[in-house]
Amino acid sequence: MSLETFRKETRAWLEENCPASMRKPIKSEADICWGGKTWTFASEDQKVWLERMAEKGWTVPTWPTEYGGGGLSKEEAFVLKEELKAIGARSPLDSFGIWMLGPALLKYGTYEQKLEHLPPIARGEIRWCQGYSEPGAGSDLVSLRTKGVLDGDTYTVNGQKVWTSYADKSDWIFALVRTEADAPKYNGISFLLIDMDQPGVSTKPIKLISGKSPFCETFFDDAKALVKNRVGEAGQGWEIAKYLLSHERAGIVSEAAFGGLNPVSAAHKAGEVEDDGRLSDPLLRGEVAKLTIDGLAFDATMRRVKEEADHGEGVGARASMLKYIGTELNKKRNELNMSALGSDGLLWEGENEGDGDVARSWLRSRANSIEGGTSEIQLNIVAKRVLDMPSA
Amino acid sequence: MSFVLNEDEQMMRDSARGFFGESAPVSALRKLRDDNDPIGFSKDLWASMAEMGFCGVLVPEDHGGVDLGYAAAGLILEEMGRHLTSSPFIATSVLAASAFNLAGTDAQKVEHLPKIAAGEAIYAFAIDERARHNPGHIETRATKDGNGFRLSGKKRFVAAGTGADTLIVAARTEDDKINLFLVDPKAAGVSLQSRRTIDSHMPADFTFEDVKLDGDALLAGADDPEKAYEQILNAGRACQAAESHGVAVQAFDTTLEYLKGREQFGVSIATFQGLQHRAAHLYGELELSQSLVRRALTTLDTQPSQAPLWCMAAKAKATQVSRLATSEGIQMHGGVGMTDEYDIGLYYKRAQAAGEFLGDDHFGAGEVARLSGY
Repeated sequence: MSLETFRKETRAWLEENCPASMRKPIKSEADICWGGKTWTFASEDQKVWLERMAEKGWTVPTWPTEYGGGGLSKEEAFVLKEELKAIGARSPLDSFGIWMLGPALLKYGTYEQKLEHLPPIARGEIRWCQGYSEPGAGSDLVSLRTKGVLDGDTYTVNGQKVWTSYADKSDWIFALVRTEADAPKYNGISFLLIDMDQPGVSTKPIKLISGKSPFCETFFDDAKALVKNRVGEAGQGWEIAKYLLSHERAGIVSEAAFGGLNPVSAAHKAGEVEDDGRLSDPLLRGEVAKLTIDGLAFDATMRRVKEEADHGEGVGARASMLKYIGTELNKKRNELNMSALGSDGLLWEGENEGDGDVARSWLRSRANSIEGGTSEIQLNIVAKRVLDMPSA
Repeated sequence: MSFVLNEDEQMMRDSARGFFGESAPVSALRKLRDDNDPIGFSKDLWASMAEMGFCGVLVPEDHGGVDLGYAAAGLILEEMGRHLTSSPFIATSVLAASAFNLAGTDAQKVEHLPKIAAGEAIYAFAIDERARHNPGHIETRATKDGNGFRLSGKKRFVAAGTGADTLIVAARTEDDKINLFLVDPKAAGVSLQSRRTIDSHMPADFTFEDVKLDGDALLAGADDPEKAYEQILNAGRACQAAESHGVAVQAFDTTLEYLKGREQFGVSIATFQGLQHRAAHLYGELELSQSLVRRALTTLDTQPSQAPLWCMAAKAKATQVSRLATSEGIQMHGGVGMTDEYDIGLYYKRAQAAGEFLGDDHFGAGEVARLSGY
């Protein structure tokens, strides 16, 4: 099928199948569909939209159809994305299973693992979270100490993870576990898939400066994981984790690049503009213009890196550069939103105060340059792997 | 629109890289400087650039050029930036060629474009009347006089002005619109004062006192002369950004090599995290600059109506990044970065001068805001 035909058919199908309410901008977190065993749909339309898209395999357009995907080519997936954007359609399903575990399973998983785990991800039936960081292993992730002991066909897992996003709402966790006690630290980690619906797994939300609790502590107390749910070989976990982190970085970056409130609309909200639309504060205007320039530069760079990757040059460690720049830009955008809004930006929850979304987004954005590897770690990676600067 | 170079472009870049590395390395700029060269560039080099097909990169094939577009011009300029090549390329092959393409009559195209492609004449583009770039501030006047005009006014810092055979001068006509006029710098009433700038270039200030021009001195081929004027300037900005980017990239490469070779405390200073982070940050900035430069140039070639925003953004970013890369270069070189013997200081000076031409990063940011409606 030609791309033009595909575009025409896609447009017609979306017109027919995307409920009107799913074409309105997202107003609050409840509008984002994460799926999972305990998921409560915010509306009938949200449910219908997910089901219809999952039926087409379009929650994961480029995955093979056998695993619940759409089997689309990159070009077709891009057309689908453009057509979704054209009607302002919401994402039918957001999921760490799609963004992170899926790519790792597609690359490292066995056929049986793919068949078992990928389709429920595509349909939004199982919600996944990521168990990487530990209290003693943040930037120095490879020092993690959560321990797994293999006995027969089962690992017994003990230890603690931290910053597990939405662990309290998730069904399964993919976790890095030290299974090879005597191996060098990079070779002693395995990548285990653990069912959280068991007595040995418990979670505790962490309250953040934004007032929300998207992250948890996750505790393993003689938790069980079947050996068939180990992805890759025993001790291959670090390699898989690194591969997956590059996907996480891409995810954080696309979130950072994603629109949201910008300082110009914020200034309009606050009434701080002249009749001709010029921002009233000339220095703020200059700062916003720099952000616009860097935003254009970042978008162009994302496209360039993608194009070059398609031409076989690979993204590689440049993902770290993108993560660093994208997250710093998103922080800057949030800071300028707050400046442009003035005291209105300070309003917190309360009857007359709205829900403090701007401030929450600003507070949340602080984490962008910490999660998925801090900015400083990204700079280390760029220096060593892109610029070939030697280690101390 | 593509970020990845096509075959023609790769060939152009490779031949430019080889040519400038061979014929116009940094030592050539040092020689022009040390010899107090009266025009600040080599006419022999210019003739060789014409033979390579560089001079006519924007000239249509009918008029003797190779017509490869702005993206290719940018590749040539990036290599010139890397080698600090001093030449009238932007003045003649970009600004003047664009002026004839966009605003010339057929007769003017036939007369002038082949000369540009063949490297037979140097054209300079006279815009600014003050020290900071302000393309709307034009007080030079061209008033009707019989079939021709009388031109009066002043221009400052005209790039390649000292060695130019013909000037293209922005002046207001009686309808108060900005139009472009061909002026012979040797004509009665024209006075020239050469200026020497930190980068060893020789721009010139011009005064026009009641200079008599023929009727065909007016570039009369554009429906909307002011729009053409803006398009020419934007093309110049994107191309100047490409040169600035080349300056930045080479300064960075040179600095990185220095870091890897220098030892202190008994170890390579490239192992120090304080320097690694500065270098890695700079690398990211260079990537941003490169994407914008390429995007601006390809947009000029394929969707000119969308180009102004990209050209302004590219000029602002390349200016900022080239200044950052060269000043960081000096810092990371340490004391030797302050000496004339090392090249990094020459890059610092060129980045400053190239950044000023056609508007620096502050100017560009203001224009980006205006074009974005805020």
